[in-house]
This record gives sequence, C-alpha cells and structure tokens, in this order.
Amino acid sequence: MEVIGKSVIRKEAVDKVTGRAKYTHDYQKIPLLSGKMVISPYGHAKIVNIDTSEAWKVPGVRAILAGKQYPLTGEAIRDRPPIAVDKVRYHGEPVALVVADTPAQAKTAADLIKVQYELLPVVNSPTQAFQKDAPLVHERLGEYKKEADSHPVPDTNIATLIKIRKGNIEKGWAESDTVVEASFSFAPSDHVALETRCATAEILPDGNIIIMTSSQAPFMVKRLIADYFGEDMGKIIVRTPLVGGAYGGKAPVQLEVLAYLASKEVGGKPVKILNTREEDILTSPCHIGLDATVKFGANRSGKITVAEILYLWDGGAYSDKAIDLTRSGATDCTGPYNIENLWCNSYCMYTNHPYAAPFRGFSHSELSFAIERTMDLLAQKLNIDPLELRYINAIMPGNTTPTRVRLNKSNVGNLQKCIEKVRGLIKWDEGPVTVLNDRFIRVKGVSCSWKTSTIDTDAPSGVILTFNRDGSINLMSGVVEIGTGTKTILAQILAERLKMDVNKIHVRMEVDTQTTPEHWKTVASRGTFMGGRAVLKAAEDVIHQLKELAACVLRSPKEDLEIANSRVFLRDDPAIGLHFKEIGYGYKYPNGNTVGGQIIGRGSYILRHLTPLDPETGAGKPGPEWTVAAYGVEIEFDKRDFTYRLVKAATVVDIGRVMNEKAAIGQVMGAMSMGLAFAGRETFYFDELGRVLNPQLRTYRPLRYGENPEYLVGFVETPQIDGPYGARGVGEHGLMGMPGALGNALSTAAGVSLHNLPLIPELIWKAKEANK
Amino acid sequence: MQSHTITLNINEESHIVTVRAADTLLYTLRGKLGLTGAKPGCLNGDCGACTVNVDGWPMKSCLMLAVEAVGKKVTTIEGLKKAPIQQAFIENFAFQCGYCTPGFIMNCHSLIEQHPDADDRTIKEWLESNICRCTSYIEIEQAVKSVLKKK
Repeated sequence: MEVIGKSVIRKEAVDKVTGRAKYTHDYQKIPLLSGKMVISPYGHAKIVNIDTSEAWKVPGVRAILAGKQYPLTGEAIRDRPPIAVDKVRYHGEPVALVVADTPAQAKTAADLIKVQYELLPVVNSPTQAFQKDAPLVHERLGEYKKEADSHPVPDTNIATLIKIRKGNIEKGWAESDTVVEASFSFAPSDHVALETRCATAEILPDGNIIIMTSSQAPFMVKRLIADYFGEDMGKIIVRTPLVGGAYGGKAPVQLEVLAYLASKEVGGKPVKILNTREEDILTSPCHIGLDATVKFGANRSGKITVAEILYLWDGGAYSDKAIDLTRSGATDCTGPYNIENLWCNSYCMYTNHPYAAPFRGFSHSELSFAIERTMDLLAQKLNIDPLELRYINAIMPGNTTPTRVRLNKSNVGNLQKCIEKVRGLIKWDEGPVTVLNDRFIRVKGVSCSWKTSTIDTDAPSGVILTFNRDGSINLMSGVVEIGTGTKTILAQILAERLKMDVNKIHVRMEVDTQTTPEHWKTVASRGTFMGGRAVLKAAEDVIHQLKELAACVLRSPKEDLEIANSRVFLRDDPAIGLHFKEIGYGYKYPNGNTVGGQIIGRGSYILRHLTPLDPETGAGKPGPEWTVAAYGVEIEFDKRDFTYRLVKAATVVDIGRVMNEKAAIGQVMGAMSMGLAFAGRETFYFDELGRVLNPQLRTYRPLRYGENPEYLVGFVETPQIDGPYGARGVGEHGLMGMPGALGNALSTAAGVSLHNLPLIPELIWKAKEANK
Repeated sequence: MQSHTITLNINEESHIVTVRAADTLLYTLRGKLGLTGAKPGCLNGDCGACTVNVDGWPMKSCLMLAVEAVGKKVTTIEGLKKAPIQQAFIENFAFQCGYCTPGFIMNCHSLIEQHPDADDRTIKEWLESNICRCTSYIEIEQAVKSVLKKK
C-alpha cells in the first residue's frame, strides 16, 4: 500500500487555517433578507392568540409567518408543523417567523410579537409518557401520514414500537443461575456543533429553488421539500459547503423548510435563517434521552443465557429521526454479546422535550450505558472480573445478532482481540483500584460496544471523476465534508487504485445536488465504505477508458497495459506508454486528428441485501457490518466531595483497515472527548414546565482545553471483505463506550451503583445518600 | 439607530466603514468587510470562535463593538502571514471541521507572541476560553507546544 494508511494532510487544510474555508453563513449577497424565529417559552401550551401588529411597524419588515397551516413535516411520521399552530409541544418550538431586510430589524420585530399561551400539562419524561393516564402530546396521532414501518399507537404517546424476539425466553431463564436487573435514565442533551445551523433559500422566476444549508443531508433536503410541498425535485438545488461540525445533529431537515417558506412569502427573494446558540440548542433537534430497564440471566460460568430489555426513548415533541433511533437501538440492543434468548421492546415516546436528532453513535452510546453498567453489576454478582465477563460473552462469527443476522469473519470485527488490547493499554491487570492516600483513589472502568448502521435499504452513493488537461483528476462525491476528512480518504482510495500521486487528485469540497452524484446522507460512519466503493467503481471505469484509448494509440492489446504514476504503459516495457495528460482529453495525433475525448469516470454503490425488520420478531438485516470496540477509563476520585479528574481514556476499535493513521486516531480521540462530556457533564435541565434551563454554553459546558484526560488509541484490523481495502466505519465508535466505562469506574470508586447521566458529583452524593 | 462612519485598522490596512452603534466588531468584520474567518458561535463570549487580535491581545470580537475598535490595531486570521502556528495546526491534525480553528489559531498566536516561554498552566489559562468540539485538544496542545519549543 502506497497511499492507504498514510497520514495524508486533509485537502482543505490550508483553507481552514487561513480563514478562507467557507461555511453556509459565510456566503453573503445583496439583497439577502434575514429570518428570525419567535420561539415557544413553554414545553406544552395552547396558542390562544398571536399579535403581530407592533412587529409590522418596524421598518424593513417584509413578512411575518404565523398562525398559518402548512403541510405537516417529519421523516417517519408527518407530525410536525413547520411553524406551530394551535399549540406548542416543546420549549423552543417556532411559533412565528419574521422576515426583514437586516438581522437587527428582524430581531426587533420578533421581540414585539405578543403570543398568548394557555399552559397544558407537561410530559416531562418518556416513563411519564408511557403511563396510561399521561397527557397526550399528539391528540391526532392516528391521522398522520407515515412510513410503512412506523407503528404509532393512537391515543397514546407511543410514536413507534420495535420488537425483538429471539430464541426462547423461558428456556433462557431456566438455564440461568444468576439474575441482575437494573434501570437507567438520562435526559436529552445537545450536539453543540460550533457552527450553529444555517439555511438560505431563494426561489427564482423559473421556479428553481436554490437552497444553501449547513447539512449532513442535502439530498434529503431536496427530496423532502419536493415531497412536502409538491415541488419538482429537479428544480430544487441544494448546496452544502463545508460544515462546521455536525455529529448527527445536521441530518434532520428543519431550517431549510423555514427558509423556503419565508422566501415564498417574499416573492422568492433570498432569505437566510441563522440559529443563535440558544435556538440551536432549543429549537433545532437535540441528542436523545433514554429510560431503560435491563435484565440479564447468566449461568455459573458467566455465560449470559437470556436478556429482557425495555427501552423508552425520549423522542421529544416530534418523531422525525427518533423512530429510526428507536429501531437502531433495538437492532443492537444487547451490546456486543452473544445472547441467544432475547426479548426487547424499544419504544419511541413522545414527550414535551425538544425533539431528537441522530447523535454520533445513533442510539448506541445511550444503550451502551445501560448495558455496560448492567454487565458490571452482573460481574459483581458472579464475582467474575468485568473484562473477563465481557470476553466470555463477546460476539463472534457464527453467532447471530438480535435481528438474527448470521455473523461471519467479515461482517463483524474481533471483539476479543479488542478486549485483550485494551487490557494492556490501561494496565487492567494492575487492578481497578489504586489507593493514593486517605482521600484520593485512582479507579478504572471498562466497557465494550458494537454498531451496525441502520440506514435505508436503498441508500446510494455516487462518484464522478473528470480529467484535467494536465492529467490530474477531479473527484466529486456527494459526501459532505463535516470534519471527518472523508473526502481526503476518498482521494487516497483513488490514488491507491490508480497508483498515482494523491496530490494530483483534486477534491471538490462543496456538494451541489444538481451536479454532484448523490451520497444518501453523510451519517452513520458510512462515507468511507459507500463513497469508497463508488470511488473504486469509478476508478475501474477510468482504467477501462484509459486502456481502451491507449491500446489504440500504442497498437497493443488492452491486456498488456498497466497503469501507474499517471501513465498507461506496456507491462513488459514501461518506457513505451502515454502520460494521462496525453490521453485524459483524448489523444491528438501529430497531424491534429484527435480520438477520444475528456475521460469522465462514474461509479455508484448501493448497500446490498438490507431488509426492513419483521414487525413481530425484528428479524431482518438492518446494516452491512458490525464494528466492535473495547474501552477503558481511569479517573482520580476524591472520596471527600465525590469530584473526580479524568486521567486516561482508551479505545481499541476493530477498524478493518487504517486508511489514514493520524485522521483515524483523531476521529477516535475526538469521539472519546465528546463521549466523556456526554457522560460526565452534559444534559438539559428541565423545570416542571418542560423548559430547558441551560441553553447556553456557559451553563451547558462541553469539555474545554486542559479538562481532557490522556488518550490511548489502539486498532485491530480484521478486514471487512467488501469494504474499500477492508475498511470499516470509525467516526462514531470512540464515543460509544465512554458513558459505560466512566459509569463503571465511578460506581467502583464511590461504592454505589450509578444509574443516571451525567455523572456529576451531586449525582454520586444523591446515590450515596439514597443508599444510607 | 444612528449610523457612524469610522475608520478601522484591520490587518494593517485602513478601512472606512459605516456602522450602527450597536454593531459588534464581529458583525462588522464579516458583514461589512467580508472577513468571514472570525466565526459566530454563541455571540456571548462563551466559545471563542470569533477571536481576533486587538493590539496584540486576543479578543472575542462578538464582545467588542466596532466603534470601540477605532484607533486600535485589529488582526484577523486573514491577516496572519504564514504564522508558524498555522502550519503547526496542519501538521498536528489540530482541526477537523475547522470552524473553531481561526479563533483558536488567533488565540494561540497571541499566546505565543505574549508568552514565548508559556508553561502548561499559562497555556491552559489562555486556551480554555475557546471550545473545540471535534478534536481531543491533545492535537492543539501539540501544535502550540511545537511552536513554543522552536522559539
């Protein structure tokens, strides 16, 4: 391998360190109207009256959108009015939208809109939502348009239920000697991408709708706007430049719809909507919360024989992506362990909380906290080393997943190898607890995870390659550059396949849905796999065309030709050949005659053999492969006040193949950082009215410089045979085990079982008080 | 609101701009001068994405009015001329999405100028005012230290 595995500098690096890298909000034009939302101050309330008369008096105001019925929106169930009418269902929900010439005018006017509310009883947790007498978030749930595999239950708060039934529960309980059962709960939180969401829309006289958006899913924006509003899909052109962090939060479609409606209201003039930080936290979709109950049975040797699992996901006020999150949580509900007898109900619950977007790991960091804490409780009860218990039960080729996919040596990584490697990295054999003095102890906790990517069964990825006259190649893919460096990896894959200098491959960073081939959504750690497969196919196409033309010019059979170093040449006599610059635009004979033309390569890939899940048993193939990982966290714990310092965090992930070493390590360390923040400090604090009390970065605090631990990263390489050069997804996995490992370390340190996130000293104190 | 025509010294050039009294330096740099390197992240001083350099010191441009910058020397990320910290960020993979990067680099650059012998404590004191959500901060630490070491 010449290019694969090398720490190639990302293609947009210079732009990013010189301030030239452009994000959606950096594009300016005149005129560009400004949209400003008025948002609900309550979690659940009837809208009695909206008075816009004062707002209209502000100079520069061009439109006010309020109180009007628009088609309902939402991906799995059409349950969400773009702008609330009749009632609001979460704190932060848009109730009006002002369009004015400048941001200041729009804000001034928005502040003058008076909305009169009548408070309604609030559904403040998924467990409360699940009670029979709970207030209803959606009274007309049965009337909504929906996708076939969404299963809402009218007259309840259940947006969907995914059932997993495998093996024989009774048999499993009969075979077990030890049983543990525990419940876990945590509230929604936020992604905190540094770039707040932003969208502009303009409708041209010919009907073309031009949208620019900070999104992971520009192609979904195009599809949904066409679908929601009956627009011609081909007339919707969505542009996505660089995206300033996403982590799943920019996969849903929201501001784009508002910008489109706003532009329509002002005769098609361009309108921009930029979230403030507070709106980005409250109004735009958040990171899902969960209430979980996990019950495991195991025999004396520690083999888990049975599991019963209940997940109540906090989908929030609208189901949007929460339905898929609920399904994804069900498909991998056990964590990476082979459990043959299994019962799981995974419910998507409506509550009066901000609604949920995907979050890096797509349900897996959340369910892993519940599963991994239960694993430690089981280990404790069985008196088995927690890492050993995980090793014994580790999922392996030959086992089946909860949805009954038979695993083989390609579609699952090697978890036991990951466990062994993490054991060494964190020096587990020294023991979990080191006493420093009377007050401080150092404590380690471990966890494991796995994940497949439950994406649409027909999700495509496409790539186009065009030649320049100097023989260099332009690479165009629908993958959005959200920071993962995937577009650079795609260039590495192409360089490797064509055996050429990666610097002679130019990557187009922006996505434009009119001219860039579709990549379904840049989510689920699927860019390298699907985009990479499309690149390989496009490379084959280019190789075929280059050889075809060269064969003619060189008067040689195609089979005798080789490609390397931007040349096509005779295998047995490399001196005879043609440089790409001589044939990339056709070959010109000395007399001027030219044959061939610009070489344009195309490649597309679609995941194979995926199926929906059976509604009664969950059986089905939800994703292509399972990436596995093992984790360790070490903390220094103060026994006096229950504060702690993060000392070390380790992840060993079976990555299939390392494509770009420094980039891969960066992905894993960055994900660990986010996972530790989620586990240790980040949450929405709700009051009794369903209001989020901390929608600012001084009250909602991500990790800052110097608060981070030392990071240890290890890789295992079990190739995924159908992945590009054997690679597996890796963008999410560093995060997924952090809540479990930190929870386990702190539970050991404090001598009390912890069941909630975030793991703050006050929580530990409360748990200890409750235990007294 | 009344507008004022003021002269600002940005990246060693004089610029005449007309601003509202309430316009922040960030809004003016981006909206009036097209210098979009400084990013809005919170408009509240919490995140540091809008950090520029004013008279040699890092300043969150969302917390400063444009009119306050009159008579001061403002340097934005666009005004850095191949500063060593820029190359160090590239070599150390100290950014991913790149959105916080201009602010971080301006803060690091100011730190290196003010404290060429900065110890861990000083570095932390300075850099904890910015948020990076993609990296683990280890990469940024390595980038800063690689430049400090060369000084």
